[in-house]
Amino acid sequence: MEKVISKKEATADKSLIGMSLIQRDYRTVTYISGPLIFVENVHNVSYGEMVDILLDDGARRSGQVLECTEKYAAIQVFEGTQGLDVAKTTVRFREEVAKLDLSIDLLGRVLNGVGEPIDGGPRILPEKRESITGAPINPAQREKPADFIQTGISAIDGLNTLVRGQKLPIFSGAGLPANELTAQIIRQAKVTTGEQFAIVFGAMGITHREAAFFRKDFERTGALERVVFFMNLADDPTIERNITPRCASTVAEFLAFEHDMQVLVILSDMTNYCEALREISTAREEVPGRRGYPGYMYTDLSQIYERAGRLKGKKGSITQLSILTMPDDDITHPIPDLTGYITEGQIVLGRHLHRRGIYPPIDSLPCLSRLMNLGIGEGKTREDHRGVANQLYAAYAQGRDLRRLVSIIGEEALSETDRKYLKFADDFENIFIGQGDEDREIDRTLEIGWELLSMLPKSELKQIKQEHIDKYLVSTKEEEGVESEEIGAVS
Amino acid sequence: MIKGTIAKITGPVVEAKGMRGSRMYDVVHVGEHGLIGEVIRLEGDLAVVQVYEDTSGLRVGEPVDSTESPMTVELGPGLLTSIFDGTQRPLPEIAKQYGDFIVKGVQIAALNRNKKWTFIAKVKKGDVVQEGDIIGTVKETSSIEHRIMVPFGGGGSVETIFEGEFPVDATVCTLSDGTKVQLMQVWPVRKGRPYTRKLDPEMPLITGQRIFDTFFPIPKGGSAIIPGGFGTGKTVTEQTLAKWADADIIVYVGCGERGNEMTEVLSEFPELVDPKTGNPLMDRTILIANTSNMPVAAREASIYTGIALAEYYRDMGYDVAMMADSTSRWGEALREVSGRLEEMPGEEGYPAYLATRLASFYERTGRTICLGGDARIGSVTVVGAVSPPGGDFSEPMTQNSLRITGAFWALDTSLAHRRHFPAINWIKSYSLYMGQIKEWYAQNVTPEFFELRDKAMTLLQKESELQEIVQLVGPDALPESEKAILEVTRMLREDYLQQFAFHEIDSFCPLEKQYWMLKAITSFYSAINEALRRGIGLGQIFELPFKDEIARMKEIPIKEAPERIKGLVDRINQEIVSLEVL
Repeated sequence: MEKVISKKEATADKSLIGMSLIQRDYRTVTYISGPLIFVENVHNVSYGEMVDILLDDGARRSGQVLECTEKYAAIQVFEGTQGLDVAKTTVRFREEVAKLDLSIDLLGRVLNGVGEPIDGGPRILPEKRESITGAPINPAQREKPADFIQTGISAIDGLNTLVRGQKLPIFSGAGLPANELTAQIIRQAKVTTGEQFAIVFGAMGITHREAAFFRKDFERTGALERVVFFMNLADDPTIERNITPRCASTVAEFLAFEHDMQVLVILSDMTNYCEALREISTAREEVPGRRGYPGYMYTDLSQIYERAGRLKGKKGSITQLSILTMPDDDITHPIPDLTGYITEGQIVLGRHLHRRGIYPPIDSLPCLSRLMNLGIGEGKTREDHRGVANQLYAAYAQGRDLRRLVSIIGEEALSETDRKYLKFADDFENIFIGQGDEDREIDRTLEIGWELLSMLPKSELKQIKQEHIDKYLVSTKEEEGVESEEIGAVS
Repeated sequence: MIKGTIAKITGPVVEAKGMRGSRMYDVVHVGEHGLIGEVIRLEGDLAVVQVYEDTSGLRVGEPVDSTESPMTVELGPGLLTSIFDGTQRPLPEIAKQYGDFIVKGVQIAALNRNKKWTFIAKVKKGDVVQEGDIIGTVKETSSIEHRIMVPFGGGGSVETIFEGEFPVDATVCTLSDGTKVQLMQVWPVRKGRPYTRKLDPEMPLITGQRIFDTFFPIPKGGSAIIPGGFGTGKTVTEQTLAKWADADIIVYVGCGERGNEMTEVLSEFPELVDPKTGNPLMDRTILIANTSNMPVAAREASIYTGIALAEYYRDMGYDVAMMADSTSRWGEALREVSGRLEEMPGEEGYPAYLATRLASFYERTGRTICLGGDARIGSVTVVGAVSPPGGDFSEPMTQNSLRITGAFWALDTSLAHRRHFPAINWIKSYSLYMGQIKEWYAQNVTPEFFELRDKAMTLLQKESELQEIVQLVGPDALPESEKAILEVTRMLREDYLQQFAFHEIDSFCPLEKQYWMLKAITSFYSAINEALRRGIGLGQIFELPFKDEIARMKEIPIKEAPERIKGLVDRINQEIVSLEVL
């Protein structure tokens, strides 16, 4: 840890070289509270400006102006205020808002939460330097999301397809294997049409154990070379976490719109980000909103999530997969709630599946991908995709309903068809959802779907077009001709 | 001109000194980039300004210039088919000049000054006109004739009038009182446009959606809210209404919502055809897009911009419907700015004046006799989506909106999970306008309509009671007559209330077809009851093919519907009646 800190400071020093020579130092800190310091008698300070805070012992921290008036400036210190004093601290204004060096060479690198390399590799020679807050995409310039990204996870690819330009969160709970799933997606994700693909991974507030897990996993599988890995550890300063997703999005915009890459941004864990937001808000003595989170959390989150998308006339795309932990598995908690209002659907992990040893424990009933239809079908995945997904969903929902019924009236009271549905629900969870570490191509996912559906009487397959049933259903021999009228062509 | 300097910056709120003489809600330009802002508090020579753009990089000491006029919108030909941001800046034009992202300090006029419009005069020299009178027209799009009106406060005899091709800012007519009438006018957004008199709304806004038209209708000039948690289909419902509602003009405000949704509207509407005129739907639509990541203060303004545009077209005598998606984001913008002003918070951090602001917004709806000698009638209808946190309707935005609006369309998460769309809960929802528009239905559809509607509603009520019993004792314990209710209400739910928004035929269902569909289901129920009384079993009745036929009514093309369903009703009545006890 010692080593990391000194490296961080060394790179911070170097990064000052190319910057404006006018630096203004103030030693007028008058008030320190939580992560905030107040500096008096400052002149010409700009809102959002970055500052360096020089401690008495020569250590350097960084911060950002949160409020400025003619008399004072309020600064949030990224590394925390521990050890700062009123008399001897020097504040140096950097004359610019937070910016990040961008280069294609960022691929394969591990950076800290504010974008400084911590993997011992060479300095990054910037092609470009951009403000990390970014500007909103002009809605008139957005292109409709289209085409799909294969994650190799059946529950996502098959039922809640991730579409390029979409933002889809994973709602997890404490103790659920969200990290394993994240690592698996990073390992497996790809575009099937052969464009260049990259992943930007912004990890916020992850523990050393988790960080080691990700690093080892990436090294083992060689996934790192197409990943830009931002790593903010749990014991890193909280405030840094507010920067991390913005850095990740800035890199993603650069890769997607300057280098025409298909970029998947993975942000984990957004709950840690929101906690940091609350911490700063409380330190600033703002009026708290629901559960103490600031009233502007929706706006703040949207400024991260809405950076996903496609642009007219650009080949690249930014797709976002953000992972968050629902406190106490409560989906109405402000963090999942506000996220759900901004993102285009959600993937929900279910504790009941995890308890039964099913991995990945994706509970497909509350899951939704709003943009799925834009990314599937003939020419994208396969013609029967929509129908199969609908039928699997409907049959599984029916099976789950019957399970509840069985617990009241017993299995004997069920009809034969209902028993088939029960069996279907079990097999669906064990085989389709519970794929383990397997990397499944979309065709394989659909094949498994058909195998499962063949358990049901053919007359029950009302969601799938007849021609697709004829073409794909494994055992179409039995029941031929029976009730064929009932099989409507609903798609 | 008032010139001040920045004294304090916190997020979107900036304090400026040296601003003595400013008035509340004057528009100011802040900083070297000239960011747009509005004065929202005055203390001595200090003005507090909410800035409509990102303030990072702004410095204390930079200039603040007041325009000494409130925030205005430009009203004139060229509004339709446009897409604006919350402060009426044309987004495609911004993209053309500044690229894919919205940069700071952009100032572009809302209406294109270079485009020329063909003006046809309707008055001649010497005619006496008053405020609101139409002096001529411009063909704005294939479906809409833009009526050029004498601006508010003007009037007299016509001294000069021209015809021909003009840009929007050319004077086409002068009056004896010195008024110069241009093709465009300017209006302060926070002020309602004047009218002669408000009328009682009595004509329904026909949406083609069975759950609304049959069960919870709203009139032209009414207001409704659609609250619902995420994933319940607020946006799909708003978009469906924007597509099919029989208004002349649609103003669609995407207020603090997803960028990709606006893209969907933008790419879909030009391809859709207005069922009334056969012209592209875009020709009657104005879009205002202030997505969630765009500056929060502009989100607050977007709702007012939208309603001002709506009122302008109402003044021409059109029926305008405005979709606001979502009003909660607007309320949150109010809350955020209020928090920055360190105002005393009311419920859940919302400012105490939330209810007042909501009321003054929703009261701008209505059916009115417009200004002008010809007593034109126009209307503004507002349908506002509400996004309650956690899907909990007890929160302040939902509750305050409920007190003011006339219809409540409650979206239900459990219906959405069961994929019942539109996921409007028929037990919780209501419309207060039933009494006012009953008469219109009786005269224009059939007097029987509301009778059938009430019958269906009673059955649905009864079903929800029966469901509770079923959960306890199982369906087998019910008597045949109650089983019949469960069967028929299932048909009502699946074959009537469920309506797939993207279906080729069923996405729009005219009133006549609605009537016949309802008639078929209720006749089926009456026939069953009659048969049960004669001792015939349900099983025997359901052997007849009617359940299937009723399920397929949705797919009958609109033109054939009345005749074919009438035939079905007749057969139901004959065949069930002629069943014999086995």
